[in-house]
Amino acid sequence: MIQAAAHRGLHFLIAGLSVLLSLAPAAGRAQSDTITLGAAVSLTGIYSTNGKNTRDGYDLAVNRVNEMGGVKVGDKTYKLAIKYYDDESTSARGAQLVERLISQDHVQFVLGPYGSGLTKAIAPVTEKYRIPMVEGNGADRDLFTHGYRNLFAVLNTSDYYLRDAIKLAAEQAKLQGKDPKTMKVAIAVENDNFSKDVRDGVVEDAKKLGMQIVIDDKLPPELNDMTATLAKVKALKPDILVVSGHEKGAALAVRQVADQRVYVPMLALTHCDSAQIAEKFPGAAEDAVCASQWDRHLSYSDKWFGSADNYAKMFQKQFNYEPPYQAAESSAAVLTFVDAFQRAGSLDPQKVRDALAKTDLSTFYGPVKFDSTGKNIAKSMVLYQVQNGDYKMVAPAKWAEAKIIYPQPAWDKRMAPTASMTRH
Amino acid sequence: MSNLPILFDNPALALQVVIDGILVGAIFALIAYGMALVWGVMNVINIAQGELVMLGGYVAWYVVRAGLPPALGIVIAAAALWLVGWLLYRLVIFRVVDGDLFIAILATFGLSILIQQLVNQVAGADVQSIQSGLGTLVVAGGMIAVPEIKLVAFAAAVLLGIALVVFLKRSRLGQAIRATAQNARAARILGIDTHRVYAATFALNAAICGAAGALVAMTWVIHPYLGLPYTIRSFMIVIVAGIGNIATVLLAGAGLGVAENFAGFVFGAQYQTAFVFCLLVAILVARSAILVRQRKVLR
Repeated sequence: MIQAAAHRGLHFLIAGLSVLLSLAPAAGRAQSDTITLGAAVSLTGIYSTNGKNTRDGYDLAVNRVNEMGGVKVGDKTYKLAIKYYDDESTSARGAQLVERLISQDHVQFVLGPYGSGLTKAIAPVTEKYRIPMVEGNGADRDLFTHGYRNLFAVLNTSDYYLRDAIKLAAEQAKLQGKDPKTMKVAIAVENDNFSKDVRDGVVEDAKKLGMQIVIDDKLPPELNDMTATLAKVKALKPDILVVSGHEKGAALAVRQVADQRVYVPMLALTHCDSAQIAEKFPGAAEDAVCASQWDRHLSYSDKWFGSADNYAKMFQKQFNYEPPYQAAESSAAVLTFVDAFQRAGSLDPQKVRDALAKTDLSTFYGPVKFDSTGKNIAKSMVLYQVQNGDYKMVAPAKWAEAKIIYPQPAWDKRMAPTASMTRH
Repeated sequence: MSNLPILFDNPALALQVVIDGILVGAIFALIAYGMALVWGVMNVINIAQGELVMLGGYVAWYVVRAGLPPALGIVIAAAALWLVGWLLYRLVIFRVVDGDLFIAILATFGLSILIQQLVNQVAGADVQSIQSGLGTLVVAGGMIAVPEIKLVAFAAAVLLGIALVVFLKRSRLGQAIRATAQNARAARILGIDTHRVYAATFALNAAICGAAGALVAMTWVIHPYLGLPYTIRSFMIVIVAGIGNIATVLLAGAGLGVAENFAGFVFGAQYQTAFVFCLLVAILVARSAILVRQRKVLR
């Protein structure tokens, strides 16, 4: 008896399950006028600030595309939506969540996370499922050496961040009658892939110009003091000091170079705008040269946002802060997908992937065109210099708002880094 | 190693490296006082030490942002952290005080994660700092430059050290703390409310960390995840100096700071931390060898 009852129970269970299973695709079909992109973004943890920038960038682009009528694929028009998860700034979690996005949420297109480390963790997953990923925040050069077919990056790789600073210093030196071959470069970068790439780019270009690398320090990730490196800078008097260590490195370098009165003709940094060095270290940050992926003063434009400046205005209106380049490149990633959907005329992931590979798009963020490894080769970096407490674009020359100040004035001839010094 | 001759050519620069090391070490020593106190009295290794420093930094940052002078930031950070320390004791630490050392390590490790994430939620992950408004002392034709805030931090470390010694020796509470450290059970029998003593000790430690955190925010930068290096460094200083003597803690802090800075200068920043850890191992090996010899003599 009992056995029979159990048997019947099992039958019901199986029947129930099969009903559920047959319903599942129907549920999917009901939403088929929406294309859902998936993204695991750092909303908590160490990258939460940049993670928020990334999400805001994605959201702005999605809202804008929907506002303008959506995406036309073949003869059907779709709305865009994004399914987010919080990767808690940890790589393992990011990979897990993307696995979940693809296998449980049936997302067929993935937007990148924030940062090279997380992108590196996620790329093998999207590759395994043959799901295209467009990302705007993984700049590590190493990402593009694994032969990933489904990874596309709209930004410049990290080795390009400060190459232009070296070139700019060499040009300036030449103008002032100095041979670039006599110039000395000091490098202090954090011991992570991104910063080491920045270093490699600088070393390659400096060597090409015949410059000498006099300091090549790797700062520990738990870095809280770089006075030992700065003492060497004082002794060896390089012409350029390159520091890369995310927001923390930029803030620390600006503070300690000023505090210890270390003089270099050019201090070149990454992440200064997100570290807000001009705002937080008035005076001390003066004349620092900073690399950026994008700026609102660039004369790029597209049909979605109009000019770069217009993008910045729309962003500011919606989120109440000035868009950092991390947000702009995230928006550009969404636009790249939209363009590929339209050209592919299909929502088959591999057809979209092939369309992505053939992308030749101009956006408010800059031109997007991928090489065979998936990195954007059409766009160039931007260099700022902090002048009178404001970030002024000094390179590329085509869009420069101000002339670079090189060499920067000696400490006793500069605007006071701190209140107790007299102003000149 | 190629950097070594530079130091001989520029004695002033070598002096700069020594000064930087001592001044960095002093702040670490300040944090280590607190750790030694908690360890010695309560037999708790506080893994959340660095997070208390970070919290102090943020309190001072909020104070300065509200338009109050930075000096007040140090005082308010210490006072606020006293309260935080006392609360932490009443909520969590009292449960692990008499137990296994490892339970205490786990509990404070949990606290450290909790504090990190809370601060991240409230203040954001951005790097922050406080402008102390002080300048830089420049001597020897610019070869030696010492930010005045570092001198202030050094003075604070020394003064707080002296104050702590006097407090422990002279005040009723200080005597109770020392009695509890020597023998908690005997202290209880003699009428000392050891839980109150423990609460005061932990709160005192937190207050010291709070002041140190404010100084850190003025000298370097703060962010929610800076805690661990401070915990590890103060742990190292306590291991080298022992938990009994505050003067040796200051010496050990300054000594390690100088060694670290020289290593950074000569070998490069990538070997700075590694060098200090190797030094720690060397010190421990040497010390155990000395102890073995002493034991042989005693036998």
